Amino acid sequence: MDLNTKKIKKNAFRVTKVRGQTASRIRVPGGYLPAEHLAAIQEIAEQYGNGSVHLTTRQGFEIPGIDMKNIDAVNKLLQPIIEGLKINQHDPGKGYTSAGTRNIAACIGNNVCPYANYNSTGFAKRIENAVFPHDFHFKIALTGCPNDCIKARMNDFGIIGMTEPQYDAGRCVGCGGCEKACRLKSVDALELDHYKIKRDHVKCVGCGECVLACPTRAFTRSREKYYRLVIMGRTGKKNPRLAEDFIAWADEDSIIKIIKNTYAFVKEHINLGAPGGKEHIGYIIDRTGFEEYKKFALEGVVLSPKAVMNQNVYWSGVHYKLPSYK
Amino acid sequence: MAYKISESALDAIIAGLSAQCAVYAPRLLAGWGTSSDVDIVGYAKIEKGSQIAFDKKSMYSFKEAILPISQTLFYFTEDEMREPRPAFAQAVVFLRGCELHGLSRLDDVYRADGKLDFYYEQLRSNTKFIVIGCEDGFESCFCESMGASGVPACDGYILSRGDGYVLISNFDELTDLVKAEKAEQIDFTPVPAKNTLKVNVPDEIPEEVATSPIWDEYDARCIICGRCNFVCPTCACFTMQDIFYDENVNAGERRRVWASCQIDGYTDIAGGIAFRKTKGERMRFKALHKLKDHKGRYGRNMCVGCGRCDDVCPEYISFSACVGKVAKACKEVGGNG
Repeated sequence: MDLNTKKIKKNAFRVTKVRGQTASRIRVPGGYLPAEHLAAIQEIAEQYGNGSVHLTTRQGFEIPGIDMKNIDAVNKLLQPIIEGLKINQHDPGKGYTSAGTRNIAACIGNNVCPYANYNSTGFAKRIENAVFPHDFHFKIALTGCPNDCIKARMNDFGIIGMTEPQYDAGRCVGCGGCEKACRLKSVDALELDHYKIKRDHVKCVGCGECVLACPTRAFTRSREKYYRLVIMGRTGKKNPRLAEDFIAWADEDSIIKIIKNTYAFVKEHINLGAPGGKEHIGYIIDRTGFEEYKKFALEGVVLSPKAVMNQNVYWSGVHYKLPSYK
Repeated sequence: MAYKISESALDAIIAGLSAQCAVYAPRLLAGWGTSSDVDIVGYAKIEKGSQIAFDKKSMYSFKEAILPISQTLFYFTEDEMREPRPAFAQAVVFLRGCELHGLSRLDDVYRADGKLDFYYEQLRSNTKFIVIGCEDGFESCFCESMGASGVPACDGYILSRGDGYVLISNFDELTDLVKAEKAEQIDFTPVPAKNTLKVNVPDEIPEEVATSPIWDEYDARCIICGRCNFVCPTCACFTMQDIFYDENVNAGERRRVWASCQIDGYTDIAGGIAFRKTKGERMRFKALHKLKDHKGRYGRNMCVGCGRCDDVCPEYISFSACVGKVAKACKEVGGNG
């Protein structure tokens, strides 16, 4: 069989351990989709695959056991899903245009979750639209609150929802519900003073626990939605690490701009001599230094006065080294 | 006198009223819910008729308009004190029929035996109450079962209908505004609200119900947040707070704020003693206060069956279901429930 593996991988088909067999990977931005597409996924799995489907770690579907000869046929069946989910595509009917930038993952957000500070799947789709298709290996995930159920901190870009608690002392009875919730479940940013609440904005992570705990609507949500942008988390063999805070109290537009700017940074600095011509963003920043990255990332970005940026970001993480036993 | 009025006439009438005094009504407040992007109906000032939420029950009751959640009673220095200005000189409050029944329960407490509470009176006696008519009520309503579905004598009444509104005016300022709109007079008598939810309310509750096992389940279910008390149109408890200003401890203020019999601290006394420690005990106290103690003192049930405590409870504890359990327990201990 003569097959350009680079081409099929870019087309979101995998080279599997079984010779001649591939797997189709279906991206679902935000992991949220109309149920009707499940029927199409079932059809592909039963007609061309081995009848099974894997839910991927990034909230897509992977249909295994597909004969490589059937890639074109599968792409035809994928078309309604690609269109239904409004995925940007260069050649209709030919499947996915690229696979480098991974599915944008998101928690269920405020579609369902009472804790979520925003519609994380909606924002995920907005980002998908702004960055896909692209060959660069970017991992982006969005989570509704600092509980970080989606594990946004293990991504190149993690977006964590924030709300700025609005306090109306006239509605506060001093029950201490918010103070207790913040102390026991979050960052202990509240204290009762003269039976009213003082909030330490430096400590506050905008999780919204105070709003949820308040029985009188003394604490309510800010009209504006805010986000904490954490960057360059990663898994992998070299130096896995959690993403660190770049900007807190950021706005949606600035985040999208920073992500797009990062593609320009990677284009400028990527080491094409790296294995497979791929070098992961975080390692590029390790090489160039954060200042160089920041120069690219903030190009044309106008942060709101509320936003707080870390001028320098330092990462740690795991450095594999066995202890030496004598 | 009843009038048929249009949407635009109502807007003009409310605009006219709000030019004369504070007008409070249930109003849809954007983003005011605990979770994000959730709008809820709360009490707020309005300037036009279209701001009144007719189609939803308010989460919090009218109570906060005349009994502020946090109210400074007086400011003090070494040997002087003065009261703050009242929240308003005159007000009009739009409220549901159940809430007007609730007002009479607040009156029981704050006007008991002719002993008027100064601060309550200051706002309450300067307020006109206009009932928002309910024909069908809402899912959690059980005012009929509590005997609070009728429309008591009030300053006005408004009903939203497909073709506009019916407005009854019983005070001159409102009547003048209605007449200025050349509204058509009609014959209309408000009808009591109807509920789908029916609750068996015991007439008399024997003391033994207090020791019934029905309260135990609340030990695990209730989170003692106090929302049920704060949304209740009849809960009248407050607690006092004395504040000595940090910058000068010779000056300060005394406040009263709403209290909740469910929240920690309510039964604390000197010596570190608290009387009702378990959640079940607190639920029992609340339920029996609403269904027995108040009645023993003032001759009528405190609960008016508005269902707000059901609607707000994050743990889905239903007070109407609790009333049913009390009625059952009455039978078990040989009462006449």
